[in-house]
Amino acid sequence: MIRILKYSFFDLMRSRWTIVYCAFYGILTLALFGLNSDISKVIITLMNIVLTLVPLIAMIFGVIFYYNSREFVELLLAQPIKRKEIFIGQYLGVAFSLSLSLLIGLGIPFIFYGILSSTEIFNYLTLLLVGVMLSMIFAGIGFLIALKYQNKIKGFGIAIFTWLFMAIIYDGLFLLLLAIYRDYPLEQFSLFAAVLNPIDLSRILILMKLDISALMGYTGAVFQKFLGSQLGMTIAFATLLMWVIIPVSGINYISKRKDF
Amino acid sequence: MVRSPGHIIVFLLLAQCVAAKQIIVCPGCPIVSVNEAIKVAQHGDEILIRSGTYEEYGIVIDKQIKISGEKGTVVDGLNKGEIFTVIADHVEISNLTIQNVGTSYTEDRAGIRIRKSRNFKITSNRLINTFFGIYLEHSSYGKVAGNFVEGEAEEEMSSGNAIHAWYCNQIEITDNEVRNHRDGIYFEFVDSSYIKGNLSEENLRYGLHFMFSNDDNYFQNVFRDNGAGVAVMFSKNINMWDNQFIMNWGKSSYGLLLKEIYDAEIVNNRFQENTIGIYVEGSTRINYRNNDFVQNGWAIKISGGCLDNAISQNNFISNTFDLSVRNNKNKNLFDGNYWSSYTGYDLDKDGIGDVAYRPVKLFNYIVDTSPESMVLMRSLFVDLVNFSEKVSPIFTPKNVIDAKPHIRPFKRKAI
Repeated sequence: MIRILKYSFFDLMRSRWTIVYCAFYGILTLALFGLNSDISKVIITLMNIVLTLVPLIAMIFGVIFYYNSREFVELLLAQPIKRKEIFIGQYLGVAFSLSLSLLIGLGIPFIFYGILSSTEIFNYLTLLLVGVMLSMIFAGIGFLIALKYQNKIKGFGIAIFTWLFMAIIYDGLFLLLLAIYRDYPLEQFSLFAAVLNPIDLSRILILMKLDISALMGYTGAVFQKFLGSQLGMTIAFATLLMWVIIPVSGINYISKRKDF
Repeated sequence: MVRSPGHIIVFLLLAQCVAAKQIIVCPGCPIVSVNEAIKVAQHGDEILIRSGTYEEYGIVIDKQIKISGEKGTVVDGLNKGEIFTVIADHVEISNLTIQNVGTSYTEDRAGIRIRKSRNFKITSNRLINTFFGIYLEHSSYGKVAGNFVEGEAEEEMSSGNAIHAWYCNQIEITDNEVRNHRDGIYFEFVDSSYIKGNLSEENLRYGLHFMFSNDDNYFQNVFRDNGAGVAVMFSKNINMWDNQFIMNWGKSSYGLLLKEIYDAEIVNNRFQENTIGIYVEGSTRINYRNNDFVQNGWAIKISGGCLDNAISQNNFISNTFDLSVRNNKNKNLFDGNYWSSYTGYDLDKDGIGDVAYRPVKLFNYIVDTSPESMVLMRSLFVDLVNFSEKVSPIFTPKNVIDAKPHIRPFKRKAI
């Protein structure tokens, strides 16, 4: 598995797209610092971008990578290697290369602008952690979708819809429910609904760190109480981790049964 | 010229007969306590307290005298009771450190209380751990200047105000530093007075609090990190200028709270990083001019019953929400402000945007109706919704509109 991981990882790291992806974050962060040297403002702006783009790109990357390496997979399948090792290895290769691009792209400009000696370091680390988790989650989902659907068009369609659902439609439905049931106490519900969606959960984790909870009034207090506690943080990260584990075990499950 | 010692003694004796005499209090002197000094003092005398710690309380000043201390003069009430109570006119207290009045739930103890007096002057004192710092009641024509008042307030119920004025008029409160009390400066039924150049920070409730006080001005003050910066309630003709309201950040926290006030001018102030810059409730005929609202949660939140307010030439920069309006029937005028989230254009280059700006976003409206939806702040969906509402406004109030938004921020002189 390690060898396959290594192979797909280095294959991807050499690829033009990974470099473009990495350079994109680097240039973006530098540009933001050029406009505004306030680190916490830059983190907020980057948060919006990371929460929108990382899932989309990770998912598309996962899908593309699977479709492109199909022939290589077929070759590997002919060898005496466990299916689990092939697919999980490839998935991890994609996920790690995406995460690394993100870390380098966001990391270097911040170090350059003195994040290490800043008080914002924990907010920044949260941003990085969230970015890496989202890369892992959505690369996995993309890989799973590609594995499930032979038809590329269908695969891409479903992947994009999944992203659309997680990033936008989910929040729309969420808001709809909040509006319909606004006469009821909804703090517990909104906490639950927000934790369930990895994008929302990531967003709130960062917002909480940036001390916007005060803006949220009573709801903010509930969130702060939950996420501020050891248990809440553990649950939040466990949920994110679960979102990694579900697609990965899905990949494992499908790859075992699939007839290539 | 050489004078014999005899001449000097005669001269001094003569001087004492004519002018006020000075009474010196020190641990080794004939007079060792402030209470004794006041007993022997006559109208017009000066009492100088040499440095040292005097454990005294319940000192009643009933004569027209001046009391001052040296560096290191401490009057310690040992948490047993009120320290100075002034009931005479023309009393001056300066350069003293007054500490440890002790908390009482039955009486409002103070470090210095001025009762029914005129022309008092309280300058350059340090009041540490006094339940109420300086308490003015039924007094007028007085000055409270350059004092440092620091409390140890932990909760509102069991704490007092740093400078408390009740039924006073013509009071000047200048250049004081007050912190860690319930309210920094409290005015109740205080008329025709002014508050200038004070720093009020880390108070539990308000940095400055007006109740039923009319015709007052406050300017060039800094209110930082209080429960709420300034609360002006049930008052008329209060003018506020050149003040800074900074970091009043927390649950239901405001930079400035206006409740039931009429005819006020709010000019040249800076509101920075407050949860709500200004919260307005039932206030009428108020002009907001040349203020800077920077990085607040809400810059201005207008609740019901606000009529004829004019908001012009302000800078609204990087606020999460620029404006929230409860009721769109109110007639409030927004005219010629700079809004950093304005995205219009200026084709004729006259510095005024060609498209009107609507400061209320759809998401504001949603948050006002169901506060829990704040959870969705900064999500992509909310941005989309705001955008579509901007293109074709349906929900947001039609008359809350700035027809002449400025393209560039107004330049301000540094305060």
